[in-house]
Amino acid sequence: MAEAVMRPLTSRERMQGQTEDGRSMKVVAGEFIKPNKRLTSFERLEIYNRQYWFRLVDCLSEDYPGLRAILGDRKFLTLAEAYLQACPSRSFTLRNLGRGLEGFLQEHPDLTAPRTGPCVDMARLEWAHVEAFDSEARTPLRVEDLKGKSPARIRLRLQPHIQLLTLDYPVDSLVLSVKRDQGLRGDASHTMPGGRSRVRSRIARMLRPEPIRLVVHRWDHVVYYKRIDPLQFQLLEGLRSGFSLQGACDAVLTDAPETLVPEVVQGWFRDGSAMGWFCRRSRG
Amino acid sequence: MPANRFNGFTDYGIGIGLRVAHYGHILCRKPVVDWFEIISENFMVDGGRPLEVLDRILEQYRVVQHGVSMYFGSAAPLNREHLKRLKRLVKRTGTPWLSDHLCWGSVDGRYTHDLLPMPYTVAAAKTTARKIRQAQDFLEVPIAVENVSSYAEFHASEMSEWEFLTEVVERADCGILLDVNNIYVSSRNHDFDPVDYLNGVPIERVAQIHIAGHSQYRKYILDTHDHPVIDPVWKLYARATALAGPTATLLEWDAQIPSFKEVHREALKAKRFIQPGREVARV
Repeated sequence: MAEAVMRPLTSRERMQGQTEDGRSMKVVAGEFIKPNKRLTSFERLEIYNRQYWFRLVDCLSEDYPGLRAILGDRKFLTLAEAYLQACPSRSFTLRNLGRGLEGFLQEHPDLTAPRTGPCVDMARLEWAHVEAFDSEARTPLRVEDLKGKSPARIRLRLQPHIQLLTLDYPVDSLVLSVKRDQGLRGDASHTMPGGRSRVRSRIARMLRPEPIRLVVHRWDHVVYYKRIDPLQFQLLEGLRSGFSLQGACDAVLTDAPETLVPEVVQGWFRDGSAMGWFCRRSRG
Repeated sequence: MPANRFNGFTDYGIGIGLRVAHYGHILCRKPVVDWFEIISENFMVDGGRPLEVLDRILEQYRVVQHGVSMYFGSAAPLNREHLKRLKRLVKRTGTPWLSDHLCWGSVDGRYTHDLLPMPYTVAAAKTTARKIRQAQDFLEVPIAVENVSSYAEFHASEMSEWEFLTEVVERADCGILLDVNNIYVSSRNHDFDPVDYLNGVPIERVAQIHIAGHSQYRKYILDTHDHPVIDPVWKLYARATALAGPTATLLEWDAQIPSFKEVHREALKAKRFIQPGREVARV
């Protein structure tokens, strides 16, 4: 039964007439499912087959609204089906359904051509959003907590919910725009965010290459995206990989331009502390 | 049966499912609610927002855990890691009982995320009951199994659904989460009398009752939890409480979720239908 339930639907969203090994699905369904007065065995099994795909594709659509906007509904559906066939859920929770999507997109560029680059970046961002939403948050450190301590001995930890992304496309703007449109539609169902062609051209405009460094983080139950300077990004990566505060700063300042004065670095820490990005490293 | 060993000797009244759409209202307004049911899987995480919200809810409200992925009816043994996570959550919430479904849904490590019906055989009942006992022993909290809505029946079945439910819960010595909407949905899909179902289950094992809405299609009914409860389901609920006595009751509303007030108002309608108990003789 599980094989039949997970078998992809036809283009008309019906159960396929044949099993994977070429047997008649009507015959197979009849072997283990009773018909009733209104439904054949095939039709009863089909209810579960359709529900499986509707549920899982809906879940991916909810987690990847930006990717869906780039690809359009039809291509997104094709991608979702291919992904779910290759990577069926192996987690007890649907929260983890998209965990392998970015890797899958990289392995199957044909499914997203000609916009593979933006699609991979968008999938990375949208998965980072899922992680930032419900990963652990520890008690944040404040600048005052560090006063009087030697920078060589201070080992900061980044909050576990913080995701650091290097992206080639400004997909953060696009996904925020998509969510804004969805919010408008949710509040007023007759409000249209513009014609389809206007939406497509807006998406195309927003997908011109523009390398960005992005911090995806959570504050007071809300996920935020913050673009940061490449050197600030390098500093955060250094802290995440275990460098002391001194070590991470030295690594950044060694090749930094003259404009990067210590006051700028202090400003980064002040801003990061205000957003609760830093916490103490756990002992042992 | 307001309080019994299957619901930790509690008398919880009428609750609703805790849903993200209502977080803001609940945390800001702190409405009076008898209890909330949470979907365990949504909170079986290491930390982060779900647990932060849950802790704030636990400061104010009683919470009962309801699971959707234990799959007692799947052939595979219970997942130890899953049980450990679940037990951590049980300790956090202090749930007096814990429920999951009488169904299967995973095979070879792949999850359908559906509640698939089982063939009603003695062999299946034995395997399922053994897994429920193992889970109950490990979690150290009473378990109640819920009857699911179904759309298919198997040639292999040797008994009715209520006979199978009875066989399982008596072998496992566990409770029942009696979903009267699911009984109604299945009765229409499989052409049986829902009252026969109610009369056929060991009513003294009912720990909790679920009520919900569903969607009527031309040839079948789908359990969608996106509508108010219909009158025939309320009548079944009245019958169930007449048999079991006032029992912890929960309204499920999971799609097209209206405002908190509307959901709570719908749940509280249950008060009109609760019977004092044992007025309807079991035949």
